[in-house]
Amino acid sequence: MAYDIDYIRSQFPILDQQVHGRPLVYLDNAATAQKPKAVVDAISHYYYNDNANVHRGVHTLSQRATDAMEAVRDQVREHIGARESAEIIFTRGITDSINTVAFGMGALIKPHQNVVITALEHHSNIVPWQMLCERTGATLRYIPINEKGELVVHSLEEIIDEHTAMVAFNHISNSLGTINPVSTILARAKAVGAWTLVDGAQSGPHAKVDVQEWDVDFFTLASHKMYGPTGLGVLYGKRERLEALPPYQGGGEMIATVTLEKSTYAEIPHKFEAGTPHIEGVIGFGAALKFMNSIGIEAIAQHEAELLTYATESLSSIEGFRIIGTADHKASVLSFLVDGTHPYDLGVLLDQQGIAVRTGQHCTQPIMDQFCIAGTARASFAMYNTKEEIDLFKAALERAVNMLR
Amino acid sequence: MTIREKQAALVDEFAFFDDWMDKYNHIIEMGKSLQPLSDQDKQEDLLVQGCQSKVWLKAEKQGDAVKFWADADAIIAKGIVAMLIDVFDEQPAAEIAQAELGFIEEIGLKDHLSPTRANGLMSMIKQMKIYALAFA
Repeated sequence: MAYDIDYIRSQFPILDQQVHGRPLVYLDNAATAQKPKAVVDAISHYYYNDNANVHRGVHTLSQRATDAMEAVRDQVREHIGARESAEIIFTRGITDSINTVAFGMGALIKPHQNVVITALEHHSNIVPWQMLCERTGATLRYIPINEKGELVVHSLEEIIDEHTAMVAFNHISNSLGTINPVSTILARAKAVGAWTLVDGAQSGPHAKVDVQEWDVDFFTLASHKMYGPTGLGVLYGKRERLEALPPYQGGGEMIATVTLEKSTYAEIPHKFEAGTPHIEGVIGFGAALKFMNSIGIEAIAQHEAELLTYATESLSSIEGFRIIGTADHKASVLSFLVDGTHPYDLGVLLDQQGIAVRTGQHCTQPIMDQFCIAGTARASFAMYNTKEEIDLFKAALERAVNMLR
Repeated sequence: MTIREKQAALVDEFAFFDDWMDKYNHIIEMGKSLQPLSDQDKQEDLLVQGCQSKVWLKAEKQGDAVKFWADADAIIAKGIVAMLIDVFDEQPAAEIAQAELGFIEEIGLKDHLSPTRANGLMSMIKQMKIYALAFA
């Protein structure tokens, strides 16, 4: 079946607008993706028809809301190939997911142990581990990157050793687009008995992941990067890991019994879902997954790969255009600089011409430090972007560069 | 010219352009023509806090007046600080400290800056006024 770009664009009403008198070209998808009608409709439908608190009422609306939420849990299970839906925890986002694991590990990790992350991480996969190490006396180690923005995997045996408690890294880098060699790193981690966490923030919308095939302990997703609502994330964890991990937050829904002296905790997944959950977010996310799967993740990935190749070739003809992050395996992110211009200035002048890109450090300050740059401009593509939009982007970029030099 | 007259002149200058790309072009040209600070002067203590890009601001008391110099790593930020210098440079310290800057809204610049950049602009103004207060 041909990739029906007109149909896809028609499902995202927000794209059909002018910004500063020019057609909007939205290329900030790595920050957040736009939402299709199906997602907005599912949320409206929920509030118009089914709204109630979940897991506690015996009345019909509460049952409906609970069923709808639990159906999405199972949908997510199927989407990532988990064994059982109890292994799917709904969180506030990836930051929350990683903090849940890092906090829980505080009770398990020993001071002589270490945590391994990479020099390619988002702040959300750096700071929680730094905090864990500060609390416990454990050491934080980094897998370094080369000048292309690829992880240096031949150093793995030295860095991941028998004292490694956790190896946590992203599948795809948000600021450079590098696709990391997940299986290689997981194999080394497993060889020394370390726990593993893969951050799927950027792979969720672009790649099919099977957590059992990877045999990874924890995996995270962000709904809002996968065309779903903001404020919702997923933490997948193997049952035995989640059972070993103490809960991160206490409160309603996460308990079995409460007396004034002592509480016992509920079974997973509820043990990690304190408080009233983001019900509308879960329901919207279910609609987003369904929509993505109706187009097909492979078809989306192929479309985006074509856009990345087209943009890389097309923009390289601009004098002084420099891509930061030139890994052999990359996904739909183009981080760049143009000699003689500052990325902030490019961002302003592109915005004036209707082009939305991200500028700055992309929450990855250590990467920018390694490349000795203050930041980059970043264009990132999604299922609804087109080659025509890249042409508009290029023309706007050329105009901006001419003004700035 | 007084601070008020300087502002009116800037508003007139910008009224000449209809398109915001042209207004930005003018800001960029102002940035390019602002005399740069020497690398020696680009010290941490001259950095304006609260700007997304790096903006250095230097001031000196000259009698009752204040002399300003500035630089920035991004050219639009440099153009904006150049506009402020155009308004405030060599004006009496007491007047700088009390001045109301209507020109930013009259030009429409405030609406055209993202919130983080608008905050940066406010930080620059605040820093200039702090210098003026110290010298008044």
